[in-house]
Amino acid sequence: MTLQHPIPGSNTDLHRLYQEMRRVRSFEERVGELFVRGQTAGSMLHLSIGEESAAVGVCAAMQPQDTFTTHHRGHGIFLARGADPARMMAEIGGKEAGYCHGKGGSMHIADMGLGHLGANAIVGGGIPTVVGAGLAARHKKTGAVSVAFFGDGATGQGILYESMNMAALWGLPVVFCCINNQYGMGTRIDQATANTRLHERAQAFGLNGETVDGLDVESVAAAARRIVDAARAGKPGFLAVDCYRFYGHARKDKSPYRDAAEEDAGRQKDPVAHARARLIAAGLVTAADLDALDAAIDAEMDATIDFTIAQAEPPLSSMFRDVYDPSEPEPEPVRTRLDRVLARE
Amino acid sequence: MEMTYRDALRQALADAMRDDPDVVIMGEEVGRYGGAYGVTKDLIRDFGPDRVIDTPISEPAIVGAAVGAAMTGLRPVAELMYVDFIGMTMDQLANQAAKIRYMFGGQIGVPMVLRTQGGTGRSAGAQHSQSLEAYVMHTPGLRLAMPATVADAYHLLRQALTKPDPVVFIEHKALYTMKEDVDLSAPALEWGKAAVRRTGDDLVIVTYSRQLHYALDAAKTLSAQGIEATVIDLRTLNPLDFETIRPHVERVGRVMVVSEGAMTCGVAAELAARITEECFDFLHDPVIRVAGEDIPISVSTQLESGSVPGPKLIAETAGRLFA
Repeated sequence: MTLQHPIPGSNTDLHRLYQEMRRVRSFEERVGELFVRGQTAGSMLHLSIGEESAAVGVCAAMQPQDTFTTHHRGHGIFLARGADPARMMAEIGGKEAGYCHGKGGSMHIADMGLGHLGANAIVGGGIPTVVGAGLAARHKKTGAVSVAFFGDGATGQGILYESMNMAALWGLPVVFCCINNQYGMGTRIDQATANTRLHERAQAFGLNGETVDGLDVESVAAAARRIVDAARAGKPGFLAVDCYRFYGHARKDKSPYRDAAEEDAGRQKDPVAHARARLIAAGLVTAADLDALDAAIDAEMDATIDFTIAQAEPPLSSMFRDVYDPSEPEPEPVRTRLDRVLARE
Repeated sequence: MEMTYRDALRQALADAMRDDPDVVIMGEEVGRYGGAYGVTKDLIRDFGPDRVIDTPISEPAIVGAAVGAAMTGLRPVAELMYVDFIGMTMDQLANQAAKIRYMFGGQIGVPMVLRTQGGTGRSAGAQHSQSLEAYVMHTPGLRLAMPATVADAYHLLRQALTKPDPVVFIEHKALYTMKEDVDLSAPALEWGKAAVRRTGDDLVIVTYSRQLHYALDAAKTLSAQGIEATVIDLRTLNPLDFETIRPHVERVGRVMVVSEGAMTCGVAAELAARITEECFDFLHDPVIRVAGEDIPISVSTQLESGSVPGPKLIAETAGRLFA
């Protein structure tokens, strides 16, 4: 496996975690910008601003051989895992140079090289994948843990409980990571369930279960390391990271279902600002140091927009590719069949 | 040697597991119980519980775990006890397994087999007797095999377990005890090829799974009336071997498609449309569909057998084409 970005777990010091979170924030802001400029292929863009500590903290606890799936709000996780932001942005833009040659987009991005078994646009759809990956890891003795990232909305899906039950029953190296941003689209978690202590459900199945406050990325990383290390040793776990979705469900959603006071309070729970303040307060770096770092990150992410705009869309001829394995014939295009049928005399 | 359809399936699984250490079986009752229809009997004894995995009753996660295992190096055979439960699994099957290669730009495939069984014949009622192959055939990305013979039960399953894409493998519950004298070491027909089981110049019957046997019975009856039928067994519905069908249709000009699935929007409908489009100038009659009634299956044996085609309906329908 080659990593285009050093594995975050190699260094979990706060400065590094800040940098990773700041990269996620900057990337997500530019996804929004790409959308405004009419350069994204899809209308479905779900930003993870406010949730950076979950992505960065948990990825910091993972090892290079590990695999994972994400939900539809997974840009930050993939980036924290070491994705190339330019290829990510190109995929979000539906361009040939993207990770999936423009066929997947924001909600179906994947990269086998980094163990990304796929983002998913079905709520909970990627959860059982990690049970299978855990089985395979044990069968093939790879030492890999497989982590399913999903939102609080997915706790309404039965497949989460089927998957947790199997993982516990078989003692698989699997982690279920719930990024609880408090909202499934416009429905707040307490409007969707009577018991919001989500980790208790995992405990009921026999998994390790914790909830951690996402304000502090070091706490998230420490909790994730406990859960991931135990899973590697055969005790699967569940980690809920409490955070707040700063913006709407998707790019066009102005969140009319929540009031300004709530949003203001929620946005105070900013893991990036929190890490920055702690770094400066501890005297580890100066504000000027971090300003310079931020500027470098923003420049890197600005370049992803220019890169994406310059890229070509996938050729029309690629439309029938990869429905099946390349060794198999491609499906016959409707137009080809029509030409043949209508050519009769 | 003489063996049953069920034994051939078990032999295929055992041989595949011996040849490929990455083949694992997972499903409800596949291990200690030996499979609801006995197909996986004793495999847990021979291959152990790590490769023959008894699961909780969680069809969506069984298929979902098979998807994840297939993406990370195993070749799982997930068993769905009845095809009637496929609706439970449809997200993992249709949104995940079928689309992963395409959505991810060809980075990875999902080489899994979903073994299941369907059809009428055991008075099993509306939720355990359906023929739902059209659901699968309507989903690009899924291969679909439906063996009608003992030899095909073996060979198609062995072949399915070498394929790079997800295969749904639908057995017929009424065929498990069917016996044939087979030589499994003889060369097998290629995957994706239809088999011409009988040749005649008056009528072409295109069919698959148990209806093959009903069509062959009907062909005997018709032969006694001086009508000689060609009977084509599709074997796999995806890939669909139209090139084997075409010359027979063009030669004969009369076609019936026989399927146990409900008539409307079923496999027979697709084949009838396709044959009509592709071979219109050669047809003497409309392509006739003989298919399941558009109703649920009853537990009453009389209503059950009356709701799907049988040899009598096939022969009578064919006879009317020549009346």
